[in-house]
Amino acid sequence: MLAGGQSLVPLLNFRLARPAQLVDINRVEGLDRIYQRDGGIAVQALARQAEVEDSQLVSRLCPLLTAATRLVAHRVIRNRGTVCGSLAHADPASELPAVLLALGGHVIARSVRGERLIAAEQLFKGVFETTLAPDELLVEAWFPETVDSFAILEESRRHGDFALAGVVRAGANLALFGVAPTPVLADRQDPTAGLQPTGDLEATPEFRLHLIRVLTEKAFAA
Amino acid sequence: MKVNGAEHPAPADPRRLLSDHLRHDLGLTGTHVGCEHGVCGCCTVLLDGAPIRSCLMLAVQAEGHEVTTVEGLARDDEALHPVQQAFHECHALQCGFCTPGFVMSVVGLLAQHSKPSAQEIDEGIAGNLCRCTGYASIRRAVDRAVELSKS
Repeated sequence: MLAGGQSLVPLLNFRLARPAQLVDINRVEGLDRIYQRDGGIAVQALARQAEVEDSQLVSRLCPLLTAATRLVAHRVIRNRGTVCGSLAHADPASELPAVLLALGGHVIARSVRGERLIAAEQLFKGVFETTLAPDELLVEAWFPETVDSFAILEESRRHGDFALAGVVRAGANLALFGVAPTPVLADRQDPTAGLQPTGDLEATPEFRLHLIRVLTEKAFAA
Repeated sequence: MKVNGAEHPAPADPRRLLSDHLRHDLGLTGTHVGCEHGVCGCCTVLLDGAPIRSCLMLAVQAEGHEVTTVEGLARDDEALHPVQQAFHECHALQCGFCTPGFVMSVVGLLAQHSKPSAQEIDEGIAGNLCRCTGYASIRRAVDRAVELSKS
């Protein structure tokens, strides 16, 4: 399923993904809206990250989402990339899945069988894996209105890189990214409990845990 | 699809990347291809005026849209585009491989912010890699391009 293509096309270029069929949804009408519903913001499948970043409605009702989109790659990528695509791609180090989780938002999946609502806690299953069925399209993401007590903080080697570790605060909720196969909810008093992050050339597991502790403290001090 | 103002037929092969289509089918080799996975920024072109990575888009997806490459900024018989002129004046390039991508990103940046702050400049060019200049002269060139665009 091809929308923004900013994650899928690199996979195709590397031949890491070799799908027999590719469905480009870019010409589907009525899938590009950003609108208010049920006390929150709905972002449809073809709404670009740059449009969400610039949306006055989003910055008024859910400034955390505005702040988070600014951390996604670079503007040139965000001109094509979509919010729903980031959620469906479910990269464990990406910001938007953790934002959806911290806010307690949901997505709407559509197939020939109809529509179903999937809560953020039910959506992320593993590394690059969601509970969407192969024939389902993530048509919309919904983020509840949140204007107070929020923060998204991450540490990366360079601006726009994937974060070594990051935290999202929405009220009393805390979600972490980059430290587990999926974004995870955590307790602010003991945010690293049960975490076993992987280590790589850029960060050891211990350093990632350290970042989580420091970023959590900062997120709740703000 | 319209490329630099001229209408072109869609590519025969739906697998063709926009970057490859521009270079191999249309002969517009000003668009450079570095990493082919969206990291280096060399292949940046404008799609309906906004900068995008041409290596992360299939050429058939550009059908019905307007693409501008570095060749489309100034015709052979015209003065350089202000951003090109600024890169020239400020020595914002050495080997030049990354330059078309930088130029297109900066054109997009100035369309979004006519007078970008230092931070907006840094964020605006953060998606482009240059292994020669160390970026200082590129940042100066963005400031110079702002001046040139005003005049």
